[in-house]
Amino acid sequence: MAGVRLSHVTRRFGNVVAVDDVNLEINDREFLVLLGPSGCGKTTTLRMIAGLEELSEGNIYIGDHDVSQLPPKDRDIAMVFQNYALYPHMTVYENMAFGLKLHKTPKDEIDKRVKEAAEILGLAPFLKRRPKELSGGQRQRVALGRAIVREPKVFLMDEPLSNLDAKLRTQTRVELKRLHQRLGATIVYVTHDQTEAMTMGTRIVVMKDGVVQQVDTPEGIYRRPVNQFVATFVGTPPMNLISATLTSEQGRFVAQVAGQKVALPEFLTPGLKSMTAEAMTLGIRPENIQLLAESDVPAGHLPVAGVVRVIEPLGHEQMVYCQVGDNTVVVRMDNTWRGQVDDNVVLAMESDALNAFDPVTERSLLTHETPMLA
Amino acid sequence: MAARRVNQTLIYLVLIIASILYLLPVYVVLVTSLKSNAAVSLAHMWNLPAHPGLSSIRAAWAQLSQNFGNSFYLAIPATLLSSALGAINGYALSKWRFRGANALFFVILMGLFIPYQSVLIPLLRVMDTIGLYNSIPGLIIVHTVYGIPITTLIFRNFYANIPDDVLEAAKIDGTGYWGIFRYVILPLSVSGFVVSAIWQFTQIWNNFLFAVSLTNPPNQPVTVALVNIAGSQTIQWNVQMASALLVSIPTLVVYIVLGKYFVRGLLAGAVKG
Repeated sequence: MAGVRLSHVTRRFGNVVAVDDVNLEINDREFLVLLGPSGCGKTTTLRMIAGLEELSEGNIYIGDHDVSQLPPKDRDIAMVFQNYALYPHMTVYENMAFGLKLHKTPKDEIDKRVKEAAEILGLAPFLKRRPKELSGGQRQRVALGRAIVREPKVFLMDEPLSNLDAKLRTQTRVELKRLHQRLGATIVYVTHDQTEAMTMGTRIVVMKDGVVQQVDTPEGIYRRPVNQFVATFVGTPPMNLISATLTSEQGRFVAQVAGQKVALPEFLTPGLKSMTAEAMTLGIRPENIQLLAESDVPAGHLPVAGVVRVIEPLGHEQMVYCQVGDNTVVVRMDNTWRGQVDDNVVLAMESDALNAFDPVTERSLLTHETPMLA
Repeated sequence: MAARRVNQTLIYLVLIIASILYLLPVYVVLVTSLKSNAAVSLAHMWNLPAHPGLSSIRAAWAQLSQNFGNSFYLAIPATLLSSALGAINGYALSKWRFRGANALFFVILMGLFIPYQSVLIPLLRVMDTIGLYNSIPGLIIVHTVYGIPITTLIFRNFYANIPDDVLEAAKIDGTGYWGIFRYVILPLSVSGFVVSAIWQFTQIWNNFLFAVSLTNPPNQPVTVALVNIAGSQTIQWNVQMASALLVSIPTLVVYIVLGKYFVRGLLAGAVKG
């Protein structure tokens, strides 16, 4: 096992910059997830680590070795592809053994490793079958097995769960996480599915248009996104963005939301001082708002009045879409909440959970010192 | 329902008439080759043989056996060589899209459109210069070269259906250009080779022009020998027909044995599998 370092990695296709000056430090035994919408450069980044794609600029190090110019076979990596990419003419056993055979591993060692991996992955009964005789989930596990037996320095996974149905995906997600804990492997995992990223990643790299937006723990990405893109890309429904006007009263910052005053918490002050324009955007996640009666708003919450427009019951919870001035604000309420469309409500926002953005640059106004939960 | 049944009946009627038309000459070849020379006449050409016998087939074999040998000696290596080269070309052109791959493919395809007649004289000079005129190895080279465009086309399209992911997996598993060809591409090429082999074998076996231009007796393939049998003063029609029958057997066998893969191979990629 080893860490991976990307230094000023850039990839251009003609005039298109697919990956733009990416710098990343991937720790040993880390499960790092590259997350982003399609076309954001995450797969290209992974393929450059694998050696399947050339670098236009920059260097990639695995452990202490600069592997930028090495072919894939000399990088000591294994990859799991989105479409599994199994060898259709080989049995499950042969699929897993192929890489080891090419590396001239002794036969009994190959046998031992393949059988071990098959045991871990529950493939033991299928070793003599060919890929087309397996279900999608089983094929996926063979692809994983093929990577495991190699005992590589780094596992690279390119959306390995996206071809599975929803139920199997959830199940395999858990298996993958368990596998990571068991093998103590360094894994670089590409996905556009934020749930996969949140559940499995020790850290997440959010990318957009070839540029890294944020590198942080799942919690950091979720609670303190560095810009509006990350705030809305992660989370279902996404973070509420509420436009407001910034004023100052007796040394404290106050946001005007649809004519209502919201006294902003202390921890936002350092960031807000840099603002020259009046317009700002408040960000808050749907679960950090409660719909309450005015008199019930507890300490540490900031009330805003609104009107219920749509109620979306989801069984275990309900999404309540409220109108606050020109903004639509989604509130996540549990299934015991009772309310009607057109009700006048008070939205009590947890002040610790507030984020603030500059509406022009869309960047977060929170400074690095802002605590996760103030 | 009724309209559909009428339609079906019509289709079958047309098909039956067409197949009778096509099979009539074959019928004449068959019955004539089973007759003795004396029994062959224009008046009785449609009749079944009164005393069927294999004497004409035996006579034909006596005259053709050596040429049969030549033809096999020619067609088998030339088929294998041109298929192998086509596979390598197709692999390189479809899976390693190097700069100019499409232009190169186009140039190779142009080879399909060269009329054989136009190259006969230079070809003869070249074979003479390199000392392979009037030899089967010379013909093998000619047919191999002229087979490359079509075999390249067959394999390039065939390999386009093998997902690139699989090749990349092999790269990561630790092999390169030839390793991927040997361990991944070749084992998946069976139906490609069947299509190529049927096509090439039939073309080379039936070829007359190159054979008659580049070889003299006794080095001639069976197609030329067949014409020579007909070339004498009095034609023994029964022997002539028997010879034609014999000459057509190898291609028939190849097609019957490999035919079911042929259609599958030609259609591969036409519809999503």
